[in-house]
Amino acid sequence: MDLCALTISEIHSGLGRKQFSAEELARAHFERIEREDSAVRAYLSLSPERALAQAKKVDAAIARGEPLAPLAGVPIAVKDVLLTRGLPTTCASKMLAHFIAPYDATAVERVEAAGALVLGKTNCDEFAMGSSTENSAFAPTRNPSDLTRVPGGSSGGSAAAVAARLAPIALGSDTGGSIRQPAALCGVVGMMGTYGRVSRYGLVAFASSLDHVGPFGRSVGDVARLLGVIAGRDPKDSTSAGVPVPDYPAAMEADVRGLKIGVPKEYFNGLSAAIGDNIERGIDRFRKLGCAVKPISLPHTDFAIACYYIICTAEASSNLARYDGVRFGYRAPGFSGLREMYQKTRDGGFGPEVKRRIMLGTYVLSSGYYDAYYLKAQRVRTLIARDFLEAFDDVDVILTPTSPIPAFKLGERMDDPLQMYLADIYTVTASLAGIPGISIPCGSTRDNPPLPVGMQLLARHFDEARLLQAARAFERAGGFEAA
Amino acid sequence: MAQETQLAPEVRSRYEAVIGLEVHVQLLTRSKIFCSCSTRFGDPPNSHVCAVCLGLPGALPVLNREAVSMAVKAALALNCAVNPQSRFARKNYFYPDLPKGYQISQYDEPLAEHGWLEIDSGEQMRRIHITRVHLEEDAGKSLHEGFADSEEKSYIDLNRAGVPLIEIVSEPDLRSPEEAYEYLTQLKTVILYLGVSDCNMEEGSLRVDANVSVRPSGAEKLGTKTEVKNLNSFRYLQKALAYEVERQIVVLEAGGGIEQETRLWDSRAQKTLGMRSKEFAHDYRYFPEPDLLPLAVPEVWREEVRRTIPELPRAKEARFESECALPKQDAKLLAASPATANFFEAAAKLSGEPKSSANWILNDLAFLLQEMGKSLEDSPVSADQLAELIVLYRDGKISSKIGKEILRTMARTGKRAADIIAEQGIEQISDSGKIVAVVRDVITANPRQAEQFRSGKTATLGWFVGQVMKATNGQANPQKVREVLEKELAPR
Repeated sequence: MDLCALTISEIHSGLGRKQFSAEELARAHFERIEREDSAVRAYLSLSPERALAQAKKVDAAIARGEPLAPLAGVPIAVKDVLLTRGLPTTCASKMLAHFIAPYDATAVERVEAAGALVLGKTNCDEFAMGSSTENSAFAPTRNPSDLTRVPGGSSGGSAAAVAARLAPIALGSDTGGSIRQPAALCGVVGMMGTYGRVSRYGLVAFASSLDHVGPFGRSVGDVARLLGVIAGRDPKDSTSAGVPVPDYPAAMEADVRGLKIGVPKEYFNGLSAAIGDNIERGIDRFRKLGCAVKPISLPHTDFAIACYYIICTAEASSNLARYDGVRFGYRAPGFSGLREMYQKTRDGGFGPEVKRRIMLGTYVLSSGYYDAYYLKAQRVRTLIARDFLEAFDDVDVILTPTSPIPAFKLGERMDDPLQMYLADIYTVTASLAGIPGISIPCGSTRDNPPLPVGMQLLARHFDEARLLQAARAFERAGGFEAA
Repeated sequence: MAQETQLAPEVRSRYEAVIGLEVHVQLLTRSKIFCSCSTRFGDPPNSHVCAVCLGLPGALPVLNREAVSMAVKAALALNCAVNPQSRFARKNYFYPDLPKGYQISQYDEPLAEHGWLEIDSGEQMRRIHITRVHLEEDAGKSLHEGFADSEEKSYIDLNRAGVPLIEIVSEPDLRSPEEAYEYLTQLKTVILYLGVSDCNMEEGSLRVDANVSVRPSGAEKLGTKTEVKNLNSFRYLQKALAYEVERQIVVLEAGGGIEQETRLWDSRAQKTLGMRSKEFAHDYRYFPEPDLLPLAVPEVWREEVRRTIPELPRAKEARFESECALPKQDAKLLAASPATANFFEAAAKLSGEPKSSANWILNDLAFLLQEMGKSLEDSPVSADQLAELIVLYRDGKISSKIGKEILRTMARTGKRAADIIAEQGIEQISDSGKIVAVVRDVITANPRQAEQFRSGKTATLGWFVGQVMKATNGQANPQKVREVLEKELAPR
């Protein structure tokens, strides 16, 4: 049995029947990481002591005949922007290269309380800023489908880890598509809940009003299980919602006949055939499942990228002010005076993309420009959210491609930030509206080797169950291998 | 410099000062505004810090409900309209004692607006309008002095980072440094009454910045203002404002213009010094704080807070004047702090003698405390002890002279008045028999003076009283002595 190819329910049935132990599961994953990860570079650091200690606890509980916790014995990879007490939390930045987190993020605390084994921390774009994981200060992660290509980003390490079977599930963060886009490019399932569904406590802030913590998995069921564990109100995050959390694994099995699916025309303008054809076939599958597919319009879509990059950079410029060399993290050597300490520390500690966004954000918040940029972007954000609300009067789920392009070659877009920003074109709208979204594999391109294509499903606020239901029906009807 | 010359009064009178104050008040919550760290003052540096107030990555603020209640209480007492919804905003700037690189404050949607505070401007009461009251977090403290390596290093204490503050901004309604002083005094009194701050200026729980401009008397248009900082005592406030007003007049009289800038009061040099001109003014890049929801203060909460507001100084003063028949000046002095007012009310109630209580507190006790370097809060004589003394005096058990001495002994020993009297045998002699005997002795010993009195020189009576008092070591009841003397000296 390949212990690295299992779903959560397969793991649980194996643990229950004593086919293998949690410790064996953890060791199998560390061995595979040892073998494979030098090529993929999904992980920045590993935590075998912590994972094995937890595995022993799980095995002891099983030996005592206790019922299995929801993630008991399930290995998990954690994006390195989530704090893990006693472990490095670098944000893939030189600024935090030696930072050991003094506390656990709420999401991490919850998965461990549910029995998960934290294998290590995964690579990402520095401070989650990027769409290819090339902005990591340490090394780029490679796409397991084609090692010459990027895994997407910013949660590229988590997506690649799950795709390469270096972990069955992973935690990532999504601000403008950072879970959904790499999930699409790596051929796995990735989900962003409603804003406020999952606590942000302990997630290193990039853009607070857009940041989400969310799950990756190789099946819809695994994503549903992981979301169920991390979702729910957290008193430490004032923006987390008190809306009750449904039993997602149960809810996802509901029938989809009669489900109304909207397909927004704005998301298909000029779309390449490589992506478009796969999505069309995906839409057909939903028709065959008895769903009603309707064309819809989200008229303010064109403004989304500009709006997103104003709001997220504005918030980032403020959120990243705390990396000043005073209390923790990198402090540049050889400065005279406070001003120079700030300048040298921030110049030496941040990479080019982070600096670009801090400068953009500082600019759009400056007096005299605030109204023209930040305030206007907030108004556009409201209009984009309204587009969705109106669309959801007629449909239950909105279906789009996740990314306009499949995985691109390393280095291909690094010199053109604007092209890189456009990779988020289909994902930022849901982030701005605060609605939940999921990306599921939907066929592949004719490249050699073939590259995964992702389909994005969006739903009303707090209607994650509907997304999982549609995604699960799609998965059941034909698997993810070919649409 | 020309500024150092005294301005001629006729020049000064051609100008009017326009002053507005921005007052920061630290709230007396037990924990900080966005985390559960203690707010206690004076503990070792960085002993009350956590991930949130250190600004560690990933930490998020959670608003302290008590801080909001206290701020609402202050806003209501200052006659403000409390906004049903307000919003926190980030004020961005770099400074080592500002852990997050931004301060969570309120900007264009403050907690409360449109209030006023009445001040006594000498001849009449004036309403000073209050623009806004908003909530924010305090920064930490930079320590630039007092360490062996202070030459090359600064130290940072973040115990204060995240302590809740309210900022109270007045309209530019104040017309003189004296009025500014009176406004701040009145504001402090109200806040002390509310119990939401200790307003301790030395510990920094009350901080004041002033916006100052001048204009020709009678002009409508406001002059260019400067912001004066570092006014960390009431005395400095008045001095700094007087200096700044004069400075501006001198500049204008010399045909110059006022530069919009921030100026620092230098108490050693006794002048304000330019710190930062407008071109170098900070751009704080305010924007709504995305980590906190808008702050809702529904009517129910607001009214619940309103019910906890005690009787305020103005009302108390008026009541002391009417109910206790005290002179206006005494009523004002007694209402000037909650400690004094409470002490007075307790003594008046227990003794049933408000007028006498006021006199004892404002004169004898105040004098004694001043001598001992103490305040009424740590008075060695409690209100009920004073009330006992007042009752003994009223009942003629002691004379006022003896009373003053007993008060002194009470303060020194902590004993009660009755015990001191019993120990020292200094109870007033009101027994007629004893007094008659002494009076007869005195008259017998002074036949000439007695004859003078009988022949119509009634002024001699005072002299006789003095003699009797002397003979009784001051213990005789002077009223009684007078009565007995009149009878005994009467021509028979």
